[in-house]
Amino acid sequence: MTRIALLTLVTTALACASSGATSGGPSQAAVPADTGARGPTGDGGISAPLADPFPSTYQAPPSRPTVIRNVTILTAAGPRIENGAILLRDGKIAAVGASVEAPADAIVIDGAGKFVTPGIIDTHSHMGVYAAPGVEANSDGNEATNPVTAHVWAEHSVWPQDPQFPRALAGGITTAQILPGSANLIGGRSVVLKIVPARTVQGMKFPGAKYGLKMACGENPKRVYASRGPSTRMGNVAGYRNAWIQAEAYRRRWDKWLADKKGDPPQRDLGNETLAEVLRGNILVHNHCYRADEMAQMIDIAKEFGYKIRSFHHGVEAYKVADLLARDSISASIWADWGAFKMEALDAVKANMALVHQAGARTVVHSDDPSGIQRLNQEAAKGIAAGAALGITISEDEAIKWLTLHPAWSLGLDDRIGSIAVGKNADIVLWSGNPFSVYTRAERVWIDGAQMFDRSDPNEAWRTDFELGFVRRGDR
Amino acid sequence: MIALLPLLFAAVVHAQTIAIVGGRVFPVSGPPIDGGTVIIRDGRIAAVGRDVAIPEGAQRIDASGKWVTPGIINPATQLGLIEVGQVGETRNATARGRDETRVNAAFTVWDGLNPLSVLFAPARNEGITTVAVMPAGGLVSGQAALVDIVDGGVSEMLVRSPIAMIAQIGNPQGANVSSRGELLLRLRELLEDSRAYGRRRADYERAQTREFAASRLDLEAMQQVLAGRVPLLVVADKASDIEAALRLAREYGVRLIIGSGAEAWMVADKLVAAKVPVMVGSMVNIPGSFATLGARQENAGLLRRAGVDVALIGTGSDPDAYNVRNIKQEAGNAVAYGMTWDDALRAITLTPAEIFGVADRYGSLQPGRVANVVIWSGDPFELSTRVEHVFVRGVRSMSPSRQDELMTRYKTLPPSYRNP
Repeated sequence: MTRIALLTLVTTALACASSGATSGGPSQAAVPADTGARGPTGDGGISAPLADPFPSTYQAPPSRPTVIRNVTILTAAGPRIENGAILLRDGKIAAVGASVEAPADAIVIDGAGKFVTPGIIDTHSHMGVYAAPGVEANSDGNEATNPVTAHVWAEHSVWPQDPQFPRALAGGITTAQILPGSANLIGGRSVVLKIVPARTVQGMKFPGAKYGLKMACGENPKRVYASRGPSTRMGNVAGYRNAWIQAEAYRRRWDKWLADKKGDPPQRDLGNETLAEVLRGNILVHNHCYRADEMAQMIDIAKEFGYKIRSFHHGVEAYKVADLLARDSISASIWADWGAFKMEALDAVKANMALVHQAGARTVVHSDDPSGIQRLNQEAAKGIAAGAALGITISEDEAIKWLTLHPAWSLGLDDRIGSIAVGKNADIVLWSGNPFSVYTRAERVWIDGAQMFDRSDPNEAWRTDFELGFVRRGDR
Repeated sequence: MIALLPLLFAAVVHAQTIAIVGGRVFPVSGPPIDGGTVIIRDGRIAAVGRDVAIPEGAQRIDASGKWVTPGIINPATQLGLIEVGQVGETRNATARGRDETRVNAAFTVWDGLNPLSVLFAPARNEGITTVAVMPAGGLVSGQAALVDIVDGGVSEMLVRSPIAMIAQIGNPQGANVSSRGELLLRLRELLEDSRAYGRRRADYERAQTREFAASRLDLEAMQQVLAGRVPLLVVADKASDIEAALRLAREYGVRLIIGSGAEAWMVADKLVAAKVPVMVGSMVNIPGSFATLGARQENAGLLRRAGVDVALIGTGSDPDAYNVRNIKQEAGNAVAYGMTWDDALRAITLTPAEIFGVADRYGSLQPGRVANVVIWSGDPFELSTRVEHVFVRGVRSMSPSRQDELMTRYKTLPPSYRNP
């Protein structure tokens, strides 16, 4: 207990800054395919919008049609369906309702006493980039060499053999955004992964998902760069603005060249390329920001340069500016009850989720933690209870969105995942009971209609390469 | 050593006789009593049972449909020792020490306890009435104490001090040594020298002994450990480290407690044989280091089933200040992974009281016990359950925390804040 305590918090504070800016509007009406929809691949010298130099190689695993019946379904799209049924077929949700037609070859599961929800989505994880075991050699989450490292991509640090992945899956997590740490004002690109076994990170990448940009406010950057600057919050703000000024010039230069192709192409620059993609609306901004007053300033900076912030992460003071978040459609990716590990986390309150919800902004339950990610459902339950204590009633049918639809929206994927509706990806969790109970566990998890986890069958459990020999079968 | 009297005195002044009636009562020391009554008088529990006469003038609290338990004990915290994690001036859980190995046996961490920490109220409002406050760092971190969350100074809060000497096997860097074996070597050297010092105090004062590996006060503090009056709580996760601690304890006749214990389930039989209690979290399952490759959530349940005395501790940020309240979630998750519900309640009430030698006063609802009592809206482990009343030493003790004040302020913005 003593061993990790203080260290954990310090590392956390550093590791856990995710920021993202986005300018993506509401999702498109058409449902994009989950395979192959890539932007043009630039050749190495060209700074092309929507370039995809490390394309996803994920393919939905083979699956049989599956019916779960006689089960309570929290859809995140409307009221719950008691004694309902759901059909998963060809990777999609094919039918849902009081009953469904089971195809002849379907696996049929009786869900009596159990619950079905969409797969849980975490907007904030460092799995893979801060892999277990947490030795120095596995510490790949913070490129803490410059306050602005927009040029780095989290996926280039992700170790697919991180044993934290299968444990998250067993907690019902089907999709997670992996972010660079929060040492930097601008930490680099995030990547959205499906929680599946793979040899390469490309094999985990969510096809067609937008990238995120991690930005970080406050104490972390100014502490890390105290000797060279920024060493103050005003230094932080100058740093963001300088970066955007350069990015905007870069974007204009390139957009002009891409339009007329006259003369030699401008010099390509990885950092400005990422930032220019934010300004074009192709990358979503995820902004680690604890304090309310800093969130308000980050909103102004985003307006100054014409981008949008998609989600404030770790916004322990989101409740103080929940009206602003609602006004500008910014989600709050927050914890149920972390606080006081540093000054900017001092005013954390347990009703943060409920107060944000009440103001009409999107509450997102996030983890920033390989243990917490396994029990995000319990964190949401704490948020409901804290609201109730304050006189704010939030139904479970609403709160399930904190874990599914709202994070999906924050990642720009709410047209494909995050709720139970016909045509959406069949990312589904079968829970042993009400997911807001401390006693409930995920029993089975499907991703794109394929069963990826079954608690009753430990022999089939996903064990990463690292675990072989080191971690005995069933020991988790 | 036991600073209970002054406070009880205060309790006598303030406390009324209280009758909690109609609730589902969990004495922990015995089976649950449906529709039971708990009488609190003069800071103590006067009676518990189904057919208990309610004294004249007693204040009745209707607990119909509610659950009544002993106050929850969180047996590993830094409550009052750390206010803001990254603010050095508010951190008072560690001693730097005079030597490189960082042996701080004489460090009595409660001397730096801040009774006005704003983190006490949130813990107490969620049913935590008693916490162990623990030093951290080094090879021997120092001495821990048990405190009640009552208003007053440190001397009023103290239940018992010390309750344990804290040491660790598992983090060589933390003690400026190079390997786990060297940690053992240093611990053995400390125990040897403490024993020699104890036998030759007079020679020591005349400078007629060889040089010892620790300061006089540290050697002196170790005497209570060697005499078996104070247990040695060894923080260790790796199964082989736990076995090493068992050998060391046997060799020196030291009473041992294992803390953290991620792989303790692997050596459950040896812990049972040695009658060594274990304090573990229930949500530890990541091979976060090479010492925790065998971490699994079934740990607490497996240990208990094997016959080990198990107390539950926080998983997240270990000796924790801010989320001391989450010990109830630990209990719930322990149940989800195989511990019985009764054992889980015991693991955050009576078992820690036994481990720290205060079970005659704490951890159960029995006549004569200190009246730390919580009334819950339902199952105390369930996340939707709320605390209705908390009594500490017989005094009704819920009060708005700083966090409550912030929530109230922002629930409806005050006029001066309406402009963004």
